[in-house]
Amino acid sequence: MTASLRIFLAAFLTSAFAGIACAHPHVWVTMHTELVYAPDGKITGIRQAWSFDDMFSTFATQGLESKEKGRFTREELAPLAKVNIESLKEYDYFTYATADGAKAELAEPAPGYWLDYADQVLTLNFTLPFKKPLKAKELRIEIYDPTIFVDFSFAKEKPAQLVGAPKCKLDVVLPREMTFAEGKRLSEIPADQKNTTMAWGAQFAHKLLVHCP
Amino acid sequence: MSLSGRRSTLVQCALLAIGLLFLHAVIDAALAQPFGVTRPAAAPEVGGFAGWVLAKQAEFYRMLSGLIRAAKADGSAAYTLLGISFLYGIFHAAGPGHGKAVISSYLVANDETWRRGIVLSFASAILQALTAIAIVGIAAALLGATAKAMGNTVRVIEIVSYALIVLIGLRLLWVKGRAFLHLLRGETHSHHAHDHGHHHDHHHGHAHGHEHHGHGHHHHDHDDEASAWGHAHAPEPSELTGKHWLRRGISAIIAVGLRPCSGAIIVLVFALAQGLFWIGVASTFAMGLGTAITVAAIATLAVGARGLAGQLAKAKPGAGMVFLRGLETAAALVIVLFGAALLTGYMVSERLMGV
Repeated sequence: MTASLRIFLAAFLTSAFAGIACAHPHVWVTMHTELVYAPDGKITGIRQAWSFDDMFSTFATQGLESKEKGRFTREELAPLAKVNIESLKEYDYFTYATADGAKAELAEPAPGYWLDYADQVLTLNFTLPFKKPLKAKELRIEIYDPTIFVDFSFAKEKPAQLVGAPKCKLDVVLPREMTFAEGKRLSEIPADQKNTTMAWGAQFAHKLLVHCP
Repeated sequence: MSLSGRRSTLVQCALLAIGLLFLHAVIDAALAQPFGVTRPAAAPEVGGFAGWVLAKQAEFYRMLSGLIRAAKADGSAAYTLLGISFLYGIFHAAGPGHGKAVISSYLVANDETWRRGIVLSFASAILQALTAIAIVGIAAALLGATAKAMGNTVRVIEIVSYALIVLIGLRLLWVKGRAFLHLLRGETHSHHAHDHGHHHDHHHGHAHGHEHHGHGHHHHDHDDEASAWGHAHAPEPSELTGKHWLRRGISAIIAVGLRPCSGAIIVLVFALAQGLFWIGVASTFAMGLGTAITVAAIATLAVGARGLAGQLAKAKPGAGMVFLRGLETAAALVIVLFGAALLTGYMVSERLMGV
């Protein structure tokens, strides 16, 4: 192998790895989201139900005491729910909202959050209130983990709903699964070339768009 | 003795390649560790080969739970599970992670051979598998510990492991950095770098071990150069056959391999819950094997680049040596930065959910 070939290989391989941001998913969350509106037409909060994948659900419930083996009641899961919610604070609950382009501040989850366990799947239920209820022509809500440790995706059925906002229109921008062709195309982009056409951030984001008159 | 002398294109290419390696490691570190405060506001763009690696490993990982369940009913599914675990390990290690960066930097800084790189890669991967199995086996299987308790255990191990990385890096930085500075200043004995190391080794072997600390250092003439934790630089051919390197390498193996992979722990707990702990153990080892292969490949690449740089440096006695020492110093610095980044923001995202 010639020296220049070796150099080329080294440069190729190293730059190939340079683009990755962080971890890879270890936790998968399937989301159901409800946007809750007050009678005056202002949005007050985001009600979320996050179902974890089976491996993480098993892991998270490992060693928890329960009266009935393999089943957990809300009460038995309450301490875990508390830990979850408290830990999520550091990550802003992975929920980012903008109203007409400006960042909309979210407050800490309202009390009354809970975990339930059904079919070996753990689901975290909580509501994130807006600091100030607001009206916006365009409200954009994104739920994702920038580090990709948690992979969020909307449920196929009833991914999101508006509660009490009859005149608004909701669009769920589903995170597309990468098709085989896309995966192949991604892998064919030369490593030294910046991938501009298939940015994950844009194409595979999990977005809710609400347009109100 | 400056770097501004005329350099051949080859040297520039080598510089570029090695620069990329370290830049990539640093970017990895910076991005992987948000330092607890600043996180990217937007989803990161992951594309090209890297995106594909990421997608693949996620795909393999997601297959594991189904295969573990299947293995319960049908023993032959266990083989598929092992295969997928192995592939997951390969892709997992190709993604970001401190292991390959620390090992590569360590090899570059110490001018180790590729064989040693492979040994270090495999040893640390096996240790990593063993830690995961030990934690789940003891904490979950025997003691019935909760995920949170296991998380806490992992956190303690993490801190020890990252602190060790910082220590290894600092030690190397001290030795390499001083040699580099001396060379830059153009001090007379800079040309004796090789003799120096050689000389030293014959006096008291590798004084890097803590047991040697503080004695036997002052026997030879220009020892003031880098005596603190001994000389680890410029090994002579005779030294390459010695066993010292393994003893020296053990600290690197422990630093890198002590921290278990959270993926492996989750898989083990899941297997345990299915009453198939042994299958989780086998899967963990298969993952470790895959990880080792990737890390070894990357380490070999780093060693190759270092070797190439060494050859080029020989052709340019003055600037070449400065470059080599500079490279080693940079490699040591990368280890320190990595360790510090890990220590201050240790895998922030993996603390998720409080488990």
